[in-house]
Amino acid sequence: MTMEQAVPSEPQARLKLLVRLFLGIGVLPILLVLALILFSLLSDNFFTFNNIANVLRQTSYLTIVALGQMIVMLTAGFDLSVGSTLAVTSVTSALGMAGVAAAYPDQPWLAIAAGAPIGFLCGLAVGMVNGLGVALLGVSPFIVTLGMASVGFCAALYLTSGTPVRGIPYEFADTFGSGGFWGLKAPVWVALILAIAVYVLLNWTRLGRHFYAVGGNLKAAALSGVHTRLTLFMAYAVCAGLTSIAGLLLTARMETGEANIGTSMPLQSIAACVIAGVSLRGGTGNVPYVVLGAVFFGVIENGMNVSGTSSYLQIGVTGAILVFAAVADEFRRRLIGRSRA
Amino acid sequence: MIAPNPDAIVQQTGAAHSSIEGVSGAGSLLLETRGLSKHYPGVDALVDVDFELKPGEVHALFGENGAGKSTLISILAGANTPTRGEIHFRGAPLTLADVGAARACGISAVFQEFSLVPQLTVAENLFLGELKRARELLERLGFPLDAGREVQYLSRAEQQMVEIAKAFRGDLSVLILDEPTASLTERETESLFALINQAKARGVGIIYITHRMVELRRIADRVTVLRDGRKVGLVDARAADEATLIQMMSGRPISQVFPKVNYAPAKTLLSIERLTTSDSAVRDVSLEVKAGEIVGIAGLVGCGKSEVARACYGLLRVAKGRVMFDGTDVTGWKTRRMLDAGFSYLPPDRHKEGLVLARSAIENTSLPALHLPQFSGNVFLKRRQEKQTVHGLASQLKLHPFDIQREMAAFSGGNQQKVLIAKMLTRDVRLFVFDEPTVGVDVSTRVAIYRLIADLCEAGAGILLISSDLPEVLHLCNRAYVMFRGHVQVELQGSQITEDRVLSHFFERAA
Repeated sequence: MTMEQAVPSEPQARLKLLVRLFLGIGVLPILLVLALILFSLLSDNFFTFNNIANVLRQTSYLTIVALGQMIVMLTAGFDLSVGSTLAVTSVTSALGMAGVAAAYPDQPWLAIAAGAPIGFLCGLAVGMVNGLGVALLGVSPFIVTLGMASVGFCAALYLTSGTPVRGIPYEFADTFGSGGFWGLKAPVWVALILAIAVYVLLNWTRLGRHFYAVGGNLKAAALSGVHTRLTLFMAYAVCAGLTSIAGLLLTARMETGEANIGTSMPLQSIAACVIAGVSLRGGTGNVPYVVLGAVFFGVIENGMNVSGTSSYLQIGVTGAILVFAAVADEFRRRLIGRSRA
Repeated sequence: MIAPNPDAIVQQTGAAHSSIEGVSGAGSLLLETRGLSKHYPGVDALVDVDFELKPGEVHALFGENGAGKSTLISILAGANTPTRGEIHFRGAPLTLADVGAARACGISAVFQEFSLVPQLTVAENLFLGELKRARELLERLGFPLDAGREVQYLSRAEQQMVEIAKAFRGDLSVLILDEPTASLTERETESLFALINQAKARGVGIIYITHRMVELRRIADRVTVLRDGRKVGLVDARAADEATLIQMMSGRPISQVFPKVNYAPAKTLLSIERLTTSDSAVRDVSLEVKAGEIVGIAGLVGCGKSEVARACYGLLRVAKGRVMFDGTDVTGWKTRRMLDAGFSYLPPDRHKEGLVLARSAIENTSLPALHLPQFSGNVFLKRRQEKQTVHGLASQLKLHPFDIQREMAAFSGGNQQKVLIAKMLTRDVRLFVFDEPTVGVDVSTRVAIYRLIADLCEAGAGILLISSDLPEVLHLCNRAYVMFRGHVQVELQGSQITEDRVLSHFFERAA
């Protein structure tokens, strides 16, 4: 032991603090803060209330889908059909609303009350098929959800012949798309409420605990009397339910029903979960980080747009950050393991 | 018999070992380790172990699960690198980079986990398909195996023969056998012993891990006893008696390891009538367990002793027969229903089937009882009550470190086992089935588990103890069944439960 080691110098102490911060909260919050600082320096327009509110609105759809994706990932699966679920919901709800609106032009809310549930249930149906395939038939989540991604996309295209569905009541778009209060748009509020709901579901209910247990160790859960099949089924159903809500909000935002929305959603939502520390092996992950993960991708995208980064570069940067975050997280886990020893 | 025999202890640890570089004096030694240590995060798997092996000697390693035997042999076989210490081979220092390096020196190991490719034939596994050489080798060893058969169609014993044959392919100088008889029948064991004697005569040194006293006396020359990663002593195998060895192995007299249980057999809780499972792992088994008694099931690996309980617990399909629990026919009931009826099963492999390692002690402990009113309201969990209950159980079982929010992966094996047991105590249970309850736990946890089992029994619960650890069955049970190939061979009562009698029913002959 030399004196230098015994009395840490100023930079060393600062480094130690950084390491402790890293071990305590993980890499994501640090990256998010760094990104906020960086983009604020690069562009004056970035760190303004309007722009931040805009980022939150843009990411609210991803946030909601990522919450669903997280639940499936907790059970050691993943859902590649979330994009198709969005498309199915969007198309069917728009068709329903447009149909009823055409019959009763003076009753827009009747059209909304009829069309939105139709869309929601159709999206939910995709998840239920996923759930049945995985839980009951024991097919791998990759295959089932990949298959359903194609089937769902096909259905959405077939129903619309590939053209956007018009004729949605103006009130729907006005309320759920561009409406809002206290400076935040409706989808942001919905995402916030759903995040709290999922948090409560995962931390304060049996079903939530069972998601973690089934994903962490299926056999141990079964031997503890958990209905593992029902739990797996519910994970895919809840995921599709959340995704359907995001689909309705997107439909309101675009004012049309679209078959080709959400094609990038499966990978984006998985990326948001992975960067938030949700394990691909199941059993770990928590809601606040997943929300931060989704917001982080929104911040990166918006920041690069505002600061004028080429869109080709943007894709690469996002991918590189994802890999970096995953590596850093693995490194952190090992450090924690060592510090416990 | 119970009194330890100090004469048997040839050399106790602590005796100064002056290892002066260059003066090995190991001319007659085949293999020697000095101060061998292996440190893992959180555990010292091996601490300063001095071990020696003479040519033509069978040197047994004896100790509990987790005592360091497996670590020691994996280092000697080149599958693991030591943190400190040195290995000398024929007097010269030796560094083993990998299994191949060890094999090049003629050091071969047969582990319990086989390293065979199931889809390949015996000959392909042995000599990349050279049928003639494979046949010659099998013939020389006296193994009645068809070299052209795929390994996946062989029995466990036959696969073991292939593993042993692998060790004999080249020039063999050190043979390491990790519980080789665990899955062998008596006849197969005899031919293995003949083979060992043959190898001995050729000057091969054999390191032999076993849990069975009888085997020590039969074929071992010397015994090194390990405990908690340290060498406790070196004993002459012929002079060693059970009490001495158990005392060395556990660090306390045998009377302090196993509690005295006051059995009070009352009404019959579990009654299994001519049970046959659809996978035929259990065939025509009848047994019963009363409240207030500890009933053991002993037998070889794969004899179906676990499967009996698993069939009752809804984990295996029942083909024929009946399971009665507390007067109700529960044949074919699902796990949740059996749990709710008061039947709790402790699985043998805590990592595979017992615990959700990524989750905390509290979440693991409450899992089987989460749906009961004590932990769940109509919608939400009663997390405060959950915390109180688990906190109480953790302090009762002396969980260490005492942090119920800590994830299970960060606990030691013994403490993981405590949580596994705590899972059984969160609800009312009338019949506890312990399937290998002390696998891979340290001595103090082992003693605590035995005490707990005794307490549960005295409190009026029925206990079914399924164990491959013979002393456990011998010293804890008032009744015991011995199984062989899915059948119950014999039922033993009280003083009839002796090692000789139990072992004599391990094999076909006694049927």
